[in-house]
Amino acid sequence: MRVPLSWLREYVDLPATETGRDVQAKLISAGLEVETVEQLGAGLKGPLVVGQVLTIEELEGFKKPIRFCTVDVGTANGTGEPQEIVCGARNFAVGDKVVVVLPGATLPGGFSISARKTYGKTSHGMICSSDELGMGDDGTKGIIVLPPEHEVGTDAIELLELVDEVLDIAVTPDRGYCLSLRGVAREAATAYGLPLLDPALLDVPAPNAFGYPVEVSDPAACDRFTARTVSGLDPEARSPIWLRRRLQKVGMRPISLAVDITNYVMMELGQPLHAYDRNLVQGAIGVRRAEEGEKLTTLDGVVRTLDTEDLVITDERGPIGLAGVMGGANTEIADHEATENGESASTEVVIEAAHFDAVAIARTARRHKLSSEASRRFERGVDPLAAAAAAQRTVDLLVLLAGGTADAGVTEAVAPSGPRAITIPADHPDKVAGVTYGRETVVRRLQDVGCDVAGQDELTVTPPSWRPDLTDPNDLAEEVIRLEGYENLPSTLPKPPSGRGLTHRQRLHRRVGRALAGAGYVEAPNYPFISEQVFDQLGLDAGDPVRRVVKLVNPLSDEEPALRTSLLPGLLGALRRNDGRGSHDLALFETGLVFHPREEPGVAVRLPVDRRPTDEEIAELTAALPEQPRHVAVVLAGAREQAGWWGKGRPADWADAVEAARTVAAEAGAELLIRKGQYGPWHPGRCAELAVAADGTERVVGHAGELHPRVLKALGLPARTCAMELDLDALEKVGDGAPQAPGISTFPVATQDVALVVDEFVPAVEVEAALREGAGELLESIRLFDIYENAEQLGEGRKSLAYALRFRAGDRTLTVDEASAARDAAVALAGERTGAVLRG
Amino acid sequence: MSAPNKSYDPVEVEALKPEEIERMRDEALAAFTAADSLDALQEAKVAHTGGTSPLALANREIGALPPHAKAAAGKLVGQARGAVNKALAARQAELEVERDARVLVEEAVDVTLPYDRVPAGARHPLTTLSERIEDIFVAMGYAVAEGPEVEAEWFNFDALNIGPDHPARGEQDTFFVQGPQGGAESGVVLRTHTSPVQIRSLLGRELPVYVICPGRVYRTDELDATHTPVFHQVELLAIDEGLTMADLKGTLDHMVQSLFGEGMKTRLRPNFFPFTEPSAEMDMLCYVCKGESVGNPDRPCRTCSSEGWIELGGCGMVNPRVLTACGVDPEKYSGFAFGFGIERMLMFRHNVEDMRDMVEGDVRFTRPFGMEI
Repeated sequence: MRVPLSWLREYVDLPATETGRDVQAKLISAGLEVETVEQLGAGLKGPLVVGQVLTIEELEGFKKPIRFCTVDVGTANGTGEPQEIVCGARNFAVGDKVVVVLPGATLPGGFSISARKTYGKTSHGMICSSDELGMGDDGTKGIIVLPPEHEVGTDAIELLELVDEVLDIAVTPDRGYCLSLRGVAREAATAYGLPLLDPALLDVPAPNAFGYPVEVSDPAACDRFTARTVSGLDPEARSPIWLRRRLQKVGMRPISLAVDITNYVMMELGQPLHAYDRNLVQGAIGVRRAEEGEKLTTLDGVVRTLDTEDLVITDERGPIGLAGVMGGANTEIADHEATENGESASTEVVIEAAHFDAVAIARTARRHKLSSEASRRFERGVDPLAAAAAAQRTVDLLVLLAGGTADAGVTEAVAPSGPRAITIPADHPDKVAGVTYGRETVVRRLQDVGCDVAGQDELTVTPPSWRPDLTDPNDLAEEVIRLEGYENLPSTLPKPPSGRGLTHRQRLHRRVGRALAGAGYVEAPNYPFISEQVFDQLGLDAGDPVRRVVKLVNPLSDEEPALRTSLLPGLLGALRRNDGRGSHDLALFETGLVFHPREEPGVAVRLPVDRRPTDEEIAELTAALPEQPRHVAVVLAGAREQAGWWGKGRPADWADAVEAARTVAAEAGAELLIRKGQYGPWHPGRCAELAVAADGTERVVGHAGELHPRVLKALGLPARTCAMELDLDALEKVGDGAPQAPGISTFPVATQDVALVVDEFVPAVEVEAALREGAGELLESIRLFDIYENAEQLGEGRKSLAYALRFRAGDRTLTVDEASAARDAAVALAGERTGAVLRG
Repeated sequence: MSAPNKSYDPVEVEALKPEEIERMRDEALAAFTAADSLDALQEAKVAHTGGTSPLALANREIGALPPHAKAAAGKLVGQARGAVNKALAARQAELEVERDARVLVEEAVDVTLPYDRVPAGARHPLTTLSERIEDIFVAMGYAVAEGPEVEAEWFNFDALNIGPDHPARGEQDTFFVQGPQGGAESGVVLRTHTSPVQIRSLLGRELPVYVICPGRVYRTDELDATHTPVFHQVELLAIDEGLTMADLKGTLDHMVQSLFGEGMKTRLRPNFFPFTEPSAEMDMLCYVCKGESVGNPDRPCRTCSSEGWIELGGCGMVNPRVLTACGVDPEKYSGFAFGFGIERMLMFRHNVEDMRDMVEGDVRFTRPFGMEI
């Protein structure tokens, strides 16, 4: 809502020294979000005067038509001689009154005016357009042609009210009444402790039986409908400058006198109005819901198929307006331009000032994607008691400005409604605020906002008609607290019961992040939006469950309509982006949710809000949501260790990816089963399947390794890019509790190395497991320290694995025989299980 | 050690003459002094203190002396050997100092060499800033609560007093999840705020409830320098008997002091949110200029655009209708809630100029933030 300060002052006698910024500060602390204060005409300096065009000479030979004019500016130029001015506009004629800026003046934007040579003539000033004066759109596209009654030489800065301040207020949904000068003035009056000159306090004639006939058949949706008629309008009457200027300042475009007046009154009182050409309305005006298949062409020229829920204004023929949203073209007011086109202008109008149900209007506006000044107001609540005054004000202005005659008939269709009183303890605001205001202050503040207040300890509060938002005790508390000043609230701290810190799961998430960052990975959280084509690029089978996705109705990009089921698409995108920006040695990680649709996706019903939902209802809602497990993933490319003065570097490889999985599993305290795997995006020979065992069954929870060259090509990734992805929630579930301290023996260690030759396809993990089991409890640790392949020495397809075994007992120094026996047992079991033989 | 002698050899006894012993001692001392390296000293040591050195041989002869001469000779040789060993140790120490000074200098390296063999990793500052805020409240006794990102409309809107026709519902720029028919009939959305976690907390926890709810939220904004469709919020909810707006103010003040230092404070401005009543917009004092840039064109402040205050987010007293929808008796319990965006705070706290830097995962952006923030 744009509020010109000059207009506001009509209703509140603000001190003359108060600037727009001062008023802004006051209104902000009263709870109005005044976003900006626009300084109109900042830097504007005259002389800027009314002139009359005396002669026009068309200059030939230029790319565009140019006029050389003489203009009578009276004595404003000091000489009284006609002012010679070159002008490129064409929408004026000899005898027209125009706005002339003379040399020495400065226009908004610091544009200084001086006499200058142009098109072979000297131009002593300019004939101005509304744009050049910073006035906003006036609907003409050219220079301003003033009504003839303004005298030559008059100061146009004052005439056109060019200097002003405009407050721009973002009105919250609960403050519909502030979408009017009247409402903002009420807040300003309270903020300054000044009386409000309420523009809605008008003498309104009582309704009678001979007004325009109106039949409201849905009084729940339209509880008030006032109709007035004015006849004998002068079709040539135009909106006066002050009216046009005020509309421009609030951000509306002047259109025609009757329309401008209804807009003006809406801005002034907050009551949307509509004017129908009486000669185009056939029979009684009705208010009802639309019928199946009905159509209406609205004023914006769009043919709209109506919904049976739409509230419409009708005449005998059918709909003539979308109630509270937009009028119909079939009863549109015609202005003087119509006469210029040979049609007849409206001379009789029916004024509608009605009150519609907020929800009905909101739904219609949303359904037709048609938000208008009227619908915005009805959605947020309009003062139903202002309708009669607004109709009267409109009639008065039509009489005053268009020479019309107010007809005596006054129609008012009013549905009865009871007062809506709220009962609160007098100290309720005190309890909400934590401040002792006292009964007297509470009552006074509630009266300030227009409430009727009765009672002592229990207050019965009847909110004013313009505050439909005041329905609950806390609404009243807010009014008191905001008017007493939020800035005056004390600062106290509550005392929550002692807490227990983060949960196990929350600490795990932090630990995983720290461990991966500690291992050199940089966290890169990504958007969860993906395309389904990415699954082809990742080489997933047609039936892969990862391909089942949750889709959005309104994705930002039609190319990425789905939610991720894997972190890899996003994370690989981040890797590619970094690589493209010149960072080639990369190790990235992400933890986040992925989204899997349920087998049978349900619908999340709307539960009631007047009670706690039952546990079954909550479970049902939850069952309608996708599964959303937390995953962790890493991707690597380039060098894992840099080359430098210390020696060679080392490229990132499959082992780093697998190690990242081990790192995560260690943080989760989960035993990770790592085995050879083969899955979608990974290189078939360099893919580890990651599994966990729980309750005797193994479950695959992820994969790690080098990516498939085809995937790298499809996604434009660097060679040998590696990746790991794990279901972190699954790891968390199988994780042990606190680690148990091992017994630390201080007896000496006995070390035995063994080199075992096995078939090259035997996984090292199996050899190690056999050695570990066979060595028994004397084994303290085992470490693979070398792998050797040499067909000549070992035979074709064989490899040698060299392990260091460390033995130690807790109660004695082991003898060489004991250590050797344990080693032999280890080797024997490895031989039995994997065919390993000691290397000779 | 030789066996005791019964017969005396006059020649060998000669060696135990005092002047001989002194000569041996002096020769040893001279040899040590002459040794100019640890290796040379080692040779001299063998020559003068080893098993075949003159003094060692002389010592061996003591046993061959007549009993009456043994004590005197033993004392003589012992003193000499003592002096020799002492000199040896002294020279040894001297030469080691020399060696250290020389050799360790030769082994010196350029300790200023850079070392980025395995470049450090880092956590994203949005993660660590969120954790930092969580920790402030965890220290006060709050619990951290989480919830699903794909959420039922009832949790995201209805239970928060945003009914189907509430104007605020249309203003939320909501992503809707396709239902079985491919339309928006699923009743499921990407949560537009972390407030549904408040509802889940009220439904799932024992009263009183003091929770902090961090998480990702979604709005249909295109990514640009100041908007992102996916962003992070932290919301707080406190429901107890007798909580007031003053408690809300104090809790906010405590948070900004914890994050930005002593003397920081917040300001509340009336506003409207369906889920709180009364509602307020919350600002914090500009932590850079402390408000001193206001009306002071000589000292403009980039952080707050010389406004003196920085807009943080929304807050208020939980609307009793929200409590009713969660089965909490609004006659008995009251409470407050607030929420704000982590991206915005990261921007003004760490001078991030472009939202895109926070979402693109560029390692050059994230690395400097390290493990904690």
